[in-house]
Amino acid sequence: MKKLIETNHISFSYEEETGLPLVLEDLSITIGQGEFVAVLGHNGSGKSTFAKHCNAVLLPRTGTVTVDGMDTKDEDKLFEIRQCAGMVFQNPDNQIVATVVEEDVAFAPENMGVEPAEIRRRVDEALKAVGMYEYRESAPHQLSGGQKQRVAIAGIIAMRPRCILLDEPTAMLDPRGRAEVMRVLRQLNRENNITVVLITHYMEEAAQCDRVIVMDDGRVLMDDIPRRVFSRVAELRQVGLDVPQTTELMTMLKEAGLPVRTDIIDEQECVEALRALLTR
Amino acid sequence: MIRDITIGQYFPGQSAIHRMDPRVKILLSVLYIVMLFVAGNLWGLLLGVLFGFAAYLLSGIPLSMIGKSMRPVVPIVIFTAVLNLFLTSGDVLWQWHFLKITKEGIETAVFMSVRILCLIAGTSLLTYTTSPIALTDGIERLLSPLKKVKLPVHELAMMMTIALRFIPTLIEETDKIMSAQKARGADLESGGVLQRAKALLPILIPLFVSAFRRADELALAMECRCYHGGEGRTRMKQMKLHGRDLVSGLVTAAVFAGVLLLNRYVHLLPTIW
Repeated sequence: MKKLIETNHISFSYEEETGLPLVLEDLSITIGQGEFVAVLGHNGSGKSTFAKHCNAVLLPRTGTVTVDGMDTKDEDKLFEIRQCAGMVFQNPDNQIVATVVEEDVAFAPENMGVEPAEIRRRVDEALKAVGMYEYRESAPHQLSGGQKQRVAIAGIIAMRPRCILLDEPTAMLDPRGRAEVMRVLRQLNRENNITVVLITHYMEEAAQCDRVIVMDDGRVLMDDIPRRVFSRVAELRQVGLDVPQTTELMTMLKEAGLPVRTDIIDEQECVEALRALLTR
Repeated sequence: MIRDITIGQYFPGQSAIHRMDPRVKILLSVLYIVMLFVAGNLWGLLLGVLFGFAAYLLSGIPLSMIGKSMRPVVPIVIFTAVLNLFLTSGDVLWQWHFLKITKEGIETAVFMSVRILCLIAGTSLLTYTTSPIALTDGIERLLSPLKKVKLPVHELAMMMTIALRFIPTLIEETDKIMSAQKARGADLESGGVLQRAKALLPILIPLFVSAFRRADELALAMECRCYHGGEGRTRMKQMKLHGRDLVSGLVTAAVFAGVLLLNRYVHLLPTIW
């Protein structure tokens, strides 16, 4: 797999002068083209700070970050980097600029100086990709949270990025909005080969990814496929994280002395395991 | 209820006037105002009034809206009319102590009132038939030559767009904060003016704090989408002049010419006054 984002022994602190406390400490993460990665960690673990390093919003104090071969410290490449790795934030209301959905999606390509006819094409394509094409002429304030967040994602896709970084995009949404956003992200990852880096609090969402990175205190604690990460229940609990409900159920059954696997992360698997247990 | 508020006074529609290029609409509105003040006699003024009326009929905006748009300026109209009526010198028609009404006074009073009312009706037609965003775009493009003299035209238009975008968001938020404060026992409805103004503080402070936080996040989101000012920026929607823009321009020019002709050859027509 081709490397897309690479952080090389980076450290970072929000305190300019003292340089302490370190929010990121000697962090080295490599993300390949086309991966679907979840980043977990409790508040203050540095996961948002990490994401902001991936598109040059923040620059590391020491170490280097490269995005598609470009060093984020290179100011001439700033817009290329941001176009390559787009970022979606938590509150959809605070990232929509225009009063009409399609105008907002056109915002980034307009900034990039794309030809008008090409912008039109990209906007239609992006809105169709997130399933918001019928709402292209609506005002953002008339949409639901999930719809607004999909518009925000379309606004990033219109830049034709290779990677989307999402900083808790579902934190302010209801369950239906969360499901909509996750479906769109999986589809973009599969069909358009867009790399997705999803920072989240929801274990169920992380369980749907291909790879889970657990951060604690500015460092990588675990970095593996979800099945193996979530089977380490005790360690996750220790850093203030939960496990998906299915994993929790299986762990409790195991503790009660029943012969079940504890690396179960999705509902279908869980149902089958329970059926096997009951018809034993 | 607060979710369906309309911004500005835009009436969506599909009439020829709605579909005109906003730049042309702005320019023609300005031309119309000039026309009203150039008209030197009642015939010319009548032509201007009829032209405005015809534009309203064409736009499909309910005529009652004309009255609604004029209501706020009625005191100003009355004030100027009264001043003109009593303070213009000329042929005295009626006198009581120091108050006198002259023939010229009545004439100027009528002229000024009609002019102000038509001016308001004309500019209201512009805002009734043009969405705020189209209006902002139109202003930005009309003023773009002023970029050469370092006027931040793009920045001003961007500020207006963002303001328009955030009005509904902030209204919704105000509503939420008010409910939250009422739930904590805030009394917003009783007491004198001073007391009520004081009661608004616990609403305004959280609103301001949140507005600043939003601004901060929005700025970051805009930077992440490669925003770097107006330089090198393109627009998805190109404004193109259509046949209807040319026709409306020609019609307005013809009416303007008519007003000028009436100024000159009014003696050929029967006098109204």
